[in-house]
Amino acid sequence: MGEKIAVAVDDLTVAYNYKPVLWDIDLSIPEGVLMAIVGPNGAGKSTLIKAILGIINPIAGSVSIYGKPYNKQRDKVAYVPQKGSVDWDFPTTALDVVMMGTYGALGWIKRPGAKQKKQALEALEKVGMLAFKGRQISQLSGGQQQRIFLARALVQHAAIYFMDEPFQGVDATTEIAIINILKELRKAGKTVIVVHHDLQTVPEYFDWVTFLNVKHIATGPVKDIFNDDNLTKTYGINYKVAVQK
Amino acid sequence: MELTDFFTDYTLRTITLGTAVLGAICGMLGSFAVLRKQSLLGDAISHAALPGIALAFLFTGLKDSNVLLLGALISGLIGTVWIRGIVTKTHLKTDTALGLILSLFFGFGELVLSYLKKQPDANQAGLDKYLFGQAATLVESDVMLMVIVTGISLAVMLLFWKEFKLLLFDKNYASTLGFNTRFIDGLISFFIVLAIVIGLQTVGVVLMSAMLLAPAAAARQWTNSLGMMVLLAAVFGMFSGVFGTAISATYNNLSTGPVIVLVAAVFVVISFIFSPGRGILFKQIRLIRNRRDLELKKTLYFMYGIVEKHEDISRPHAIRILNSFQGFTKGTLRALADKNWIEIKGQDWSLTEEGFETAQNLYNTNIPES
Repeated sequence: MGEKIAVAVDDLTVAYNYKPVLWDIDLSIPEGVLMAIVGPNGAGKSTLIKAILGIINPIAGSVSIYGKPYNKQRDKVAYVPQKGSVDWDFPTTALDVVMMGTYGALGWIKRPGAKQKKQALEALEKVGMLAFKGRQISQLSGGQQQRIFLARALVQHAAIYFMDEPFQGVDATTEIAIINILKELRKAGKTVIVVHHDLQTVPEYFDWVTFLNVKHIATGPVKDIFNDDNLTKTYGINYKVAVQK
Repeated sequence: MELTDFFTDYTLRTITLGTAVLGAICGMLGSFAVLRKQSLLGDAISHAALPGIALAFLFTGLKDSNVLLLGALISGLIGTVWIRGIVTKTHLKTDTALGLILSLFFGFGELVLSYLKKQPDANQAGLDKYLFGQAATLVESDVMLMVIVTGISLAVMLLFWKEFKLLLFDKNYASTLGFNTRFIDGLISFFIVLAIVIGLQTVGVVLMSAMLLAPAAAARQWTNSLGMMVLLAAVFGMFSGVFGTAISATYNNLSTGPVIVLVAAVFVVISFIFSPGRGILFKQIRLIRNRRDLELKKTLYFMYGIVEKHEDISRPHAIRILNSFQGFTKGTLRALADKNWIEIKGQDWSLTEEGFETAQNLYNTNIPES
């Protein structure tokens, strides 16, 4: 684990209407961790990611990526939104969606060319979807759609990956395929931050965890802080899960 | 009017060119409206343009179409901005905002028009044409304006193609990549408003949204590529314009706008029924075929269950023992025999080698694909 701080969140507060969704979050994520963000529904997990990425404007607070504001560090960050956030009946192919990952580096107006196509094909291969490159995206299964989203983020060749519930609604095969890729990313020194729902798999998949429920409860190595005490603080009283050592 | 006039008549040629270009730009930009799930935005904008026309005449006293359309453009844009403002600043949903702006602006436009009608000079006559459109009033300069606007929007679309596609598919992702989504969004909206405004004289406030939506909805049925969809929508729109004008000119000068819209609707109906991938007809045929196939395989598997217990797979069994099985009909038996999966001899049937193997492998793989 590196000493460098990949993501630092300072006094972040977000509200949609009157009630705060995130309240005064202070959080620093070291480089090279595979981190789960856990918390109950409505805890603000997705909102935290969206606020870090500037999709949502916070009321107060600031975010820095490797010590600089996010809009100066976009090339270091990749994002996998929730699968349900887009219309999969959109007229386009799997390859085309993955190519979108190259648009940021291309910038305005410039068209993707052979180089971008090659990168996209490589990413498709990595997620085991090369055979589906020409497939209309509505004709992919939920797990395949999730892999396409992952491939699109891989194409960005970022240092930090934010993923919003990548395991939601996917079968066991896809879940294992995805977690293997995430572990590979960590091995390559990348930082991976995942909004996660399944508490049972936290110790097995992740080495770092953040507990969140509107307020920030704890962040640290899974082996140190993934315990009944923090789970109870996050989810309410008497919450027990089997914590595998 | 004879059909031959269609090719020689100068006025008619101008009108046809105008409606063709209008259809093309509406189809093109309508595709974006449909994919943005803002189909009704067009309707709201076109109605919102009416007070602009009325006020432009009230203040300038000019009936020059460029002046009136400028008024329409301004009030159309104000309507669009207000709709967006209502959605972001209040709890109201988009459909409510659209309905509000549509009726509010249209009502105000009608009010100003009725005031103008009460004026002593007859100069205001003809403003009504913007309600339902009057293609016959198109002159060369109007068509020139359409061509220029279409050219500009085509150029902008090609220039920002990548950005448009990204925004339409995944807006949040686009913003994380560093694209100014408000700018792209605004650009698309602006050109949709522009297309609506230049169509008002021809098709009118009331029917304008159909010009945007119909070709795009029809085109979506035939293709799974965005580029193809936009192109097809433009082609459908163009033909709607040409055919609509031809029909209305041939049959005793029927009003052109409604005929164009009806022709576009015919494209929609044909596309919804006959397109190979998404059309109702082929979907139904595929469904029936798949069901038959499944029924056949179910019967085969039932037979396999009987045969399996015997050592000799080709041993004949009585057809009557199949009676307890609901999937069985004479037709299925014949179909099974046609596939060479069974043999029928008199009142008996027996599995062939091929049939046995097929049945054996039926549920080994996942659900059979077909």
